[in-house]
Amino acid sequence: MTAVPSTSAPLVIQAAKEAAWTILVVGLLSFLMVGYQTEVLQGQQMSFVNRFGDVIWAMVLIPIGRFLLVLARGGLLLPPAVLGGIATLYLFGAAVLGLAGSPLYGQLPLPYDQPMVNAIFGVGAVFILAAAIKGQRDRRRGAQTLEMREAAEARQARIARNMSSILGPILIVLAIVIPWTPWGDRAVVDSLVLVMTYVMLGWGLNIVVGLAGLLDLGYVAFYAVGAYTYAKLSIALGFTFWESLPIAGALAALFGVLLGFPVLRLRGDYLAIVTLGFGEIIRIVLINWQSFTGGPNGLGNITRIDFFGLPFERNPAPGTESFHTFFGLEFASTHRVFFLYYVIIVLALITNFVTIRLRKMPIGRAWEALREDETACRALGINPTNTKLTAFAIGAMFAGFAGSFFAARQGFVSPESFTFIESAVILAIVVLGGMGSQVGVALAALLLIGLPEVLRDLSLYRMLVFGGVMVLIMLWRPKGLLAYREPTLLLHGRRKRNKAGVQS
Amino acid sequence: MLKISGVHTFYGHIEALKGVDIEVNEGEIVTLIGANGAGKSTLLMTICGTPRARSGSIVFNGRDIAQMPTYEIMRLGIAQSPEGRRIFPRMSVMENLRMGAITSQPQFFDADLERVFAIFPRLKERAQQRGGTLSGGEQQMLAIARALMSRPRLLLLDEPSLGLAPLIVRQIFEIIREINREQGMTVFLVEQNANHALKLAHRGYVLVNGVVTLSGTGQELLSNAEVRAAYLEGGH
Repeated sequence: MTAVPSTSAPLVIQAAKEAAWTILVVGLLSFLMVGYQTEVLQGQQMSFVNRFGDVIWAMVLIPIGRFLLVLARGGLLLPPAVLGGIATLYLFGAAVLGLAGSPLYGQLPLPYDQPMVNAIFGVGAVFILAAAIKGQRDRRRGAQTLEMREAAEARQARIARNMSSILGPILIVLAIVIPWTPWGDRAVVDSLVLVMTYVMLGWGLNIVVGLAGLLDLGYVAFYAVGAYTYAKLSIALGFTFWESLPIAGALAALFGVLLGFPVLRLRGDYLAIVTLGFGEIIRIVLINWQSFTGGPNGLGNITRIDFFGLPFERNPAPGTESFHTFFGLEFASTHRVFFLYYVIIVLALITNFVTIRLRKMPIGRAWEALREDETACRALGINPTNTKLTAFAIGAMFAGFAGSFFAARQGFVSPESFTFIESAVILAIVVLGGMGSQVGVALAALLLIGLPEVLRDLSLYRMLVFGGVMVLIMLWRPKGLLAYREPTLLLHGRRKRNKAGVQS
Repeated sequence: MLKISGVHTFYGHIEALKGVDIEVNEGEIVTLIGANGAGKSTLLMTICGTPRARSGSIVFNGRDIAQMPTYEIMRLGIAQSPEGRRIFPRMSVMENLRMGAITSQPQFFDADLERVFAIFPRLKERAQQRGGTLSGGEQQMLAIARALMSRPRLLLLDEPSLGLAPLIVRQIFEIIREINREQGMTVFLVEQNANHALKLAHRGYVLVNGVVTLSGTGQELLSNAEVRAAYLEGGH
């Protein structure tokens, strides 16, 4: 077992070089951010506390990790696997002891005094272990040929297809029954309402980005239009949620057309920048048009969602009925949350259904063709501007519905809810899900919106873990979680599954 | 059917076509041959409206189409198999053909599909395959088939032999001849492969630096000394 591969000498040198560079990079990165901590003294005085010890630790531990990782990738098994394994066991063992509240935890020498940082080093150790095993496997298999890679891609597509067809119905059933299971308490369902809102937004943006291939960085603008439409209609004219829902959708679609008309001649990056600008314009108008939008304070006292005319009020106004009095139930605050949950599920499923139908219609096919080759589309008699406009308008319409729902749920809207970061999150959902894949988008929304909710306990490290997960997904599945395109048309309607499976 | 007169086309300041006159009659195969950069593809694209002709007229079935937007021109009964084929690589063969039929009445689709599959049985075998996974020859067949799906009266072909093995080129040209003979399809063919194109065509034009220098029947051009020297000998 001590037989060292003949290539190991240059490998060790290369790894050492990389480790040396890593020392430098870690030092530069952590010197200011980790090395100094600001502290507020009594009163308003600020002062610095230095934590150079932590910086030194980082400059020692991280390069060791890098050194082992390079060795592992180069196909050297033993040192990285053994050291990585020991570190994994030790750090996770310590974490388990710490969680269990064992007194032993305090006595273990650990690199840092925050458990989370140690856990992150643990994850790094797992990485090294995995790289060692993978490197060894690649070595045994020899170089990958093009055919092997293609076969692997086809296999992935097949898995994604099977996953989509199985996972889709399972997810829908799960989503419907979860409020009635023991896990379905108020807080969970409330979080799921948020997740479903983003599922819907993701599906809506998927029409624009995934199908038509138009990179829209200002999608949240249409969400805002929908939300403010309902807010104004409710406050000024006393409209109910159900009455204003179609108006909000139509108005958002109109904004989609208004924005789309001048800019859809632009392609790719240019379009992305203009849509980004449009998103900001809407937000800034909302902030500054004090008399109409309430400015930065937003609009409050929006009528909450009602059960087709029956409000969810504990004490309905005399002479009117409330949901619980009408059905003879005990008042419970969960009624509204559960109802909101089912409303957003229905809205999201409508979005999904419309998208699936559209894909099989000439307009949907034209969107996909336009994404592939605009010039060829024009040569086939397709008017690219109109085709893109419909994609933009339909995507915007669903954002408008979702925005209206958002306002009805919160009872309050302000420009703060419609910042660029929202657009970025929705776009991330679409990209991580696998552009054009409906189930993938749902999964990505669950991950991107649900994960931060679950991780709330980690407080400070929440976004760090979140970012790490995103990086991992992109490394593991660069085309998205479930990147697979279902053909929309089959020869004579026959399903040639096995054949298509072999060839796709 | 198609009458191009005095067409000038510019790319910025560069004049690519310097007053071209060409006529294509119903039921003919007309070919345009010329060297690289002579303006062959530019002429074909000018008929389609991208780029637009700066001056001159392009009359198709009695209508001047020179200033119309591309997508409207293509709805008048002109279809094109573009240079480099430009099929939709991620869409299946069936979906590509469906895209070709996007401007025609849906009730014709099944019959048109039968007709196209009769000409290209190979595509029927590959109906479910993604366009990008087809071989070059199959992609060219798909590009022509896609163009035929719109029930055109005039078929424009831009270098269908580009990058294909000689055997496949012969096959493609045989298919063009068949489409013309059996369906009476009018074909305007732009080719560098002068030998094959002139043998196939009823009439031909030679384009040099944006100007038509010669025209005549396919046979006349094939035996013309200048044409032989410039385009036929020592190649293809």
